[in-house]
Amino acid sequence: MARTELKLLGAWPSPYVMRPRIALNIKSVDYEFLQETFGSKSQLLLESNPVHKKIPVLIHKGKPICESLIIVEYIDETWSSGPSILPSDPYDRAIAKFWGAYVDEKWFPNLRILSTAEGEAKDQVIGTIVEGLDLLEDAFVKISKGKTFFGGGQIGYLDIAFGCYLGWLRASEKMSEVKLLDEAKTPGLAKWADTFSSHPAVKDVMPEVDKLVEYGKSLVAKYRAAKAASS
Amino acid sequence: MANAEVVLLDFWPSPFGMRVRIALAEKGIKYEYKEEDLQNKSALLLQMNPVHKKIPVLIHNGKPVAESLIAVQYIDEAWKDKAPLLPSDPYLRAQAKFWADFVDKKIYALGRKIWATKGEEQEAAKKEFIESLKLMEGKLGEKPYFGGESFGYVDVVLVPFYSWFYAYEVFGNFSIEAECPKLIQWAKRCSEKESVLKSLPDHKKVHGFVLELKKRLGIE
Repeated sequence: MARTELKLLGAWPSPYVMRPRIALNIKSVDYEFLQETFGSKSQLLLESNPVHKKIPVLIHKGKPICESLIIVEYIDETWSSGPSILPSDPYDRAIAKFWGAYVDEKWFPNLRILSTAEGEAKDQVIGTIVEGLDLLEDAFVKISKGKTFFGGGQIGYLDIAFGCYLGWLRASEKMSEVKLLDEAKTPGLAKWADTFSSHPAVKDVMPEVDKLVEYGKSLVAKYRAAKAASS
Repeated sequence: MANAEVVLLDFWPSPFGMRVRIALAEKGIKYEYKEEDLQNKSALLLQMNPVHKKIPVLIHNGKPVAESLIAVQYIDEAWKDKAPLLPSDPYLRAQAKFWADFVDKKIYALGRKIWATKGEEQEAAKKEFIESLKLMEGKLGEKPYFGGESFGYVDVVLVPFYSWFYAYEVFGNFSIEAECPKLIQWAKRCSEKESVLKSLPDHKKVHGFVLELKKRLGIE
């Protein structure tokens, strides 16, 4: 595939941008990565995703596809001769999508809340995050059936959906000085996290934790400044 | 796939439940409908959806599928030989999923603000609600359905909210038809289909439900 036929609009700290990058790596598909500058959106982004104006956006032969998990499904269906990302059984697919929606809607937002939480509120959100990880540990045990990944022997949809958050999970642990992913409590997930992060399709697109911590701290500082200014 | 045991845990005014009812009807699947009392959730619901404890839950051969969009996609895949809801082309599928996701992000939440709030908050919600519907109207264009010539995934996902339009209009004091006439035409066209007719409650009943809900929640 000519590089010009496939572009991905994204930004290095975004977990959502990681998702199509991993999917394209799994399929061994080459693409042009266009980095958006934080704080200003390119003309191409505004034209390609006028509804949400958000990254990632995959542009394939001039046609844009938006929303990270929808992009992952598109990649799986379009490059169907490569390794499969979604399971083939309809029920297994539904389960993978269920947990993908769970991490996006219920679990990850708590990491953002944690970054600026203090005192009792901080303890409470830590509890929520850890409870979520317990649920995900159960899901991992059931879905992986003793294999390495949620997808079995290979990385699949749910590995990608949840695994993209590992960078920020580790960054949050450093920023808030708390252990969230505990191998004593969730041994399956702890092992999976290491294996996933070092997988060839993942390791080059997983942002470094220290860079995320630096970026995260700058976001928190901006939030606090804005809050102080408005009070 | 054989029509083995299919059960739907649902709640009659839920637009999310309606999606699953429509999809099952489109595929001609016989199922057992179980009405949940959301103030007193059944043991079965808590067992089948322990994570969210919400309806709808589709139970197929004892195995639960929760989240309405996931359930509709599951139905489309498990009974793929009849009335396909999603197109087969990957790009068109991605488009359909994008608009379904848009409906979920915008229509329900904004609709809720229209009946649950007042003043500036309500006015802002009404404005954004109409903008969102207009965007979808534009996407529909001159086609009879979002699916093109035939009723499809996005139609299934959006049409349940038509049963709530009357309630939104009364509480929001505005006319959706005046703003989005083509969308109302589309909704009426969909309502002529038996699958939709069977699955959507009467809009006055929905209005009555919202009145009671407001009382129970202590909203003026």
